[in-house]
Amino acid sequence: MSLIAVERIKLLSTRSPYWCMIAIVAASLLIALAIGLGDSGRQAIPYFALRGVGLGLSIYMVLAALAVTTEYRFSTVRSTFLAVPKRTNVLLAKTLLLAGIGAVVGFLCAIGAFFLTKLLAKDPPDPLVLQGQVWREVAGYGALFAIAAIIAVSVGTLLRQSAGAIALLLLWPLLVESLFTLIPKVGPKAGPWLPFTAGDRFITPTSVTDQFQDAVPQTGPTPVQGLLVFLATAVVLWLIAAFVLNKRDA
Amino acid sequence: MIEVSGLSKTFGDTRAVDQLSFVVRPGVVTGFLGPNGAGKSTTMRMILGLDNPTAGEALIDGQRYASLVRPLTKVGALLDANWVHPNRSARSHLRWMATSNGLPTTRVDEVLETVGLTAVAGKAVGKFSLGMKQRLGLAGAILGDPQVLLFDEPVNGLDPEGILWIRQFMQSLAAAGRTVFVSSHLLSEMAVTAQHLIVIGRGKLIADADTAEFIAQSTESTVRVRSPQLPALADLLGRNGIRVTAADGSLIVHSVPIEQVGDLAGAAGITLHELAGVQGSLEEAFMQLTGDSVEYGAHGFTTSGDPMLPTAPAGPPGPLPAAGPPPGYQPQSSPGFQPTAPNYTAPEGK
Repeated sequence: MSLIAVERIKLLSTRSPYWCMIAIVAASLLIALAIGLGDSGRQAIPYFALRGVGLGLSIYMVLAALAVTTEYRFSTVRSTFLAVPKRTNVLLAKTLLLAGIGAVVGFLCAIGAFFLTKLLAKDPPDPLVLQGQVWREVAGYGALFAIAAIIAVSVGTLLRQSAGAIALLLLWPLLVESLFTLIPKVGPKAGPWLPFTAGDRFITPTSVTDQFQDAVPQTGPTPVQGLLVFLATAVVLWLIAAFVLNKRDA
Repeated sequence: MIEVSGLSKTFGDTRAVDQLSFVVRPGVVTGFLGPNGAGKSTTMRMILGLDNPTAGEALIDGQRYASLVRPLTKVGALLDANWVHPNRSARSHLRWMATSNGLPTTRVDEVLETVGLTAVAGKAVGKFSLGMKQRLGLAGAILGDPQVLLFDEPVNGLDPEGILWIRQFMQSLAAAGRTVFVSSHLLSEMAVTAQHLIVIGRGKLIADADTAEFIAQSTESTVRVRSPQLPALADLLGRNGIRVTAADGSLIVHSVPIEQVGDLAGAAGITLHELAGVQGSLEEAFMQLTGDSVEYGAHGFTTSGDPMLPTAPAGPPGPLPAAGPPPGYQPQSSPGFQPTAPNYTAPEGK
């Protein structure tokens, strides 16, 4: 527990986490605002209205990766290992803290974006009520943020430098996975099972009205399968990171 | 107590640390000396569990660093004052360290007071001068009131006031019975700071001796004489098989006790204006020893292998003060040595 407190002090005694948080909230609310107001809210299904939270997830991964890479940049990681020589415990504490904060931030931003849309949308296609699969589409962001934090901490630990880690964490979901689907035959089949695309299924509605049929992906894993693929990726990466961290000279 | 046995570290083809074994005892400041790149920092990092040794091990009070519980309460280290986040305040930096080892926050304010940083505790460390960062590093090292302390080049880049402060600080820690291990490439600094020396070159142990003993054995004592009858004196000494060299109005007599020079001059009725024992410079001894550390084995700090330099005195070494800088350290008092080490430049400027 005290190690988590240590990581909390370290995280909150620098400025960049606060700026990242502001950016996450802004992205979440601005997209919700646009969807809620645009076209009198006729596009306002949660899947669209919460896309800003998805953008926030990328920003949160940057925050989580920086929590590791700045330690390498300023060599505070060495001070850290002098204070706590059991490196796995350090990584675990950092991961738990960032996953925990991520769960809260993701959940709150999603709830906030949902209710902002509900407030603004005059003519939503379906009533915006938190029930059934809508709960999963909103609260699911909490789970995605937590898992994304594990991935980001692991990538930051493995790469040790900010630019590389951030580039990888942004390009992987935004570019690599979408380009993969362009590969003939294999792409469309395996593409939806790639970690971030699969994770996205957890906040995707399983049934939508015909109007949105083309815009909402329906193939690939079920929401729970998608979440498990995402989680498994995170756990594997984390184990590799923990192994490498212990082998490597600090 | 720090025990290092057979410690080795290989980076690719380079043996940075090669079969190093030594013990650092409590109660005295032990200097860890070697030229830049000799493997001092790597050794310290292995002692502290930051680097994994290729072979051998380092124990602190019988335990590996990695297995220490609440290590900051047993070992304090200042390896690099820049291992701080520039946007974090000094207090926050110490606060996370204290929390990680279950130390109360009040302890943070205590050590800030000790090193004189209370007034700037809330300021971002990035705005600190090097001296202030060094003080913050010291505060971190003593945070857990440890019995064993390691400092890597603590006076590098400090002004004279800061150097004096750190030197006295380390000596007071040792006087309180703690184990203090401090590395430096500056022999002159170690001569006034450390009572015991561990000297390495190219990763190998060169000497493990008391500072005074090390200086006595590895530097040449000479005798400087001034006399109105200098040619006669040179002639007399030459006839007795004693090697002399002339140096601006005086003679430097090599490899004989000072008494013998005085006796010979007295017997021949030669008037002397000055008869002084001169201790060879530390820097020079250091260069001799570390210049080719392969040639000079672990106990080979007699200087027999170097044709440029006369052999160490066979008789009793010249007078050596019990404390304080040896006289030979002042460059002006060892003029006879300049010609023997023409390529040497003092490392003080680093």
